[in-house]
Amino acid sequence: MSQHIVPMRVYFVIFFSLLILTAVTVWVAFFDLGAVNDAVALGIATTKAMLVILYFMHVRYSSKLTWIFAATGFLFLIILLAFTLSDVLTRDWIPVSAGWGGGAQ
Amino acid sequence: MSTAVFKPSKSQLADQSDGASNYLNAGFSAKSWLLTVDHKRIAILYLISITLFFFLGGLFAVLIRLELLTPQGDLMQAETYNKMFTMHGIVMIFFFLIPSIPAVLGNFLIPLMIGAKDLAFPRINLLSWYIYSVGGLFTFAAIVFGGVDTGWTFYTPYSSTYSNSNVILVAVGVFITGFSSILTGLNFIVTIHKMRAPGMTWFRLPLFVWAHYATSIIQVLGTPVVTAAIMLIGLERLFGFGIFDPKLGGDPLLFQHLFWFYSHPAVYIMILPGMGVISEVITCFAKKKVFGYSFIAFSSIAIAVLGFLVWGHHMFTSGQSVYTSLVFSILTFLVAVPSAIKVFNWTATLYKGAVSYDAPMLYALGFIGLFTIGGLTGIFLGTLAVDVHVHDTYFVVAHFHYIMVGGAIMAYMAGLHFWWPKITGRLYPEGWARFSALVIFIGFHLTFFPQFIVGYLGMPRRYHVYPEEFQILNVLSTAGATILGVGYLIPLIYFTWSLKSGPKASANPWGAKGLEWEKASSPPSQYNFEKTPVVTEEAYDYEPTIWLK
Ligand SMILES: [Cu+2]
Repeated sequence: MSQHIVPMRVYFVIFFSLLILTAVTVWVAFFDLGAVNDAVALGIATTKAMLVILYFMHVRYSSKLTWIFAATGFLFLIILLAFTLSDVLTRDWIPVSAGWGGGAQ
Repeated sequence: MSTAVFKPSKSQLADQSDGASNYLNAGFSAKSWLLTVDHKRIAILYLISITLFFFLGGLFAVLIRLELLTPQGDLMQAETYNKMFTMHGIVMIFFFLIPSIPAVLGNFLIPLMIGAKDLAFPRINLLSWYIYSVGGLFTFAAIVFGGVDTGWTFYTPYSSTYSNSNVILVAVGVFITGFSSILTGLNFIVTIHKMRAPGMTWFRLPLFVWAHYATSIIQVLGTPVVTAAIMLIGLERLFGFGIFDPKLGGDPLLFQHLFWFYSHPAVYIMILPGMGVISEVITCFAKKKVFGYSFIAFSSIAIAVLGFLVWGHHMFTSGQSVYTSLVFSILTFLVAVPSAIKVFNWTATLYKGAVSYDAPMLYALGFIGLFTIGGLTGIFLGTLAVDVHVHDTYFVVAHFHYIMVGGAIMAYMAGLHFWWPKITGRLYPEGWARFSALVIFIGFHLTFFPQFIVGYLGMPRRYHVYPEEFQILNVLSTAGATILGVGYLIPLIYFTWSLKSGPKASANPWGAKGLEWEKASSPPSQYNFEKTPVVTEEAYDYEPTIWLK
């Protein structure tokens, strides 16, 4: 296991970036961006998560094997979201029958 | 009964290893057990804990079967019955089946099998047992304070809004226990990557280790999702978060997605380690190299990955999108392929082997048959139209008990018998063991086969009353459960007996291959090996049998 010594400066830079991004999250919440509301919020959150994983959790300085495992976690998160959304987004493509009595209007 | 004669052969008995130091006599104080970081002692701690939970879960099963002896609800009311099947499920799944083989046999054997002194993180290993115990205490407290009635699946909106039982307490228990499972998986992954002895290449690993590697992947990637889902239920109950409640903009089906994202793969947490046990036992008692080593190894990984792509087959009738159901149905058929590869390879291993029928082998052969029935009826349930007919009937109950009792517990029993001499240094009475293996096999079929029929005929699960025409099949099932119960009590008695009075076992009573048999004593010394073993041969390098020469 290689010991990579990270200068304190890096930790402070990351820490303040996280604080700034948190402030940005709050700030953009005051604007209605319509369809991209969720995309912006999730984009900022993902960026913050990446900073934590890469620097605070030292993945950036770790072996290829660690990279593979970190990436696998994201892959499975994508599987979870993709299949769940495939249900939510296509649920009413087929209109549900109104049952025996309610068909004719 | 002639099978009850107990005569160990000379090679099974220890020569003169009395007084040798081993992990069991390395210390006798309570502290030396409760603060141990020895993977072997932690395995024993787990063995004791999960055995307690097994018989607690079994007690609920007995009460369920007693109620179902008659069509009327004469033993308990509907509310009580709901709690019985809920607590049976929660105890058996989260506190017995999930930790059973990994935390006991995996913990004990993985370092021995790969030639290491311990797991990579011995303290985290001990921590995982404590976390498990705390989770268990919460759940036990919930049972004492009146139980929980949501079903082990905690479906919303019932669990999040309507149930008046101890949902929070049980949710906390399951939430906590999840972390113990994650830590065990993490420990195994790092150990298998980093701690292998010189010469122990990936393709020389015993298949038991491959199976546990695959299991660990599921534990690490899946458990956080169910843990989060259960936490969300708690938050919704306490603070009205509106994640699942449609009135607050939530989606009740979201819970089912999150829950089954873990809980379908969790079936493989229960069955994959069992498959690892079966691979070891079949080769040893056929005295033959396993057929298609790399196919069995990679099919474990394939099951772990594909197992994450099929969870929607639990939701075909829930209102899930038809298109999503179609995809999940097709993927469910796919996951049967790696399981079938294993069954065919085990069978091919038996072909022209020098097969002997000791107790572990009887359990292993039972596993192959029962798992096959359980797996094939899973294909029925994965078929959209058939599932509409049999969903939430006893057909489903029978199917998953064939996998979990017929598969996972049979494998656990096979493994427990196979490695008992290694773990305890004592031989168990072989005749009694064979006898109880047969009792369990017969009791199992009598309990669960009638449930396929009664389910196909339309008896729904989770009701304490049923139409009279179903009584005969239910009586058969209850009778079978009695036999099954006796079958589980006999091993409890003779295993306990053998601890003090069983003959001392030699290092390798089965003539098996593998570092734990060939390089470690029975029971192993405190640090497993005198010196780090060097591996020079493939796994299962048995002499070719006479027929093959
Ligand atoms: Cu499933």
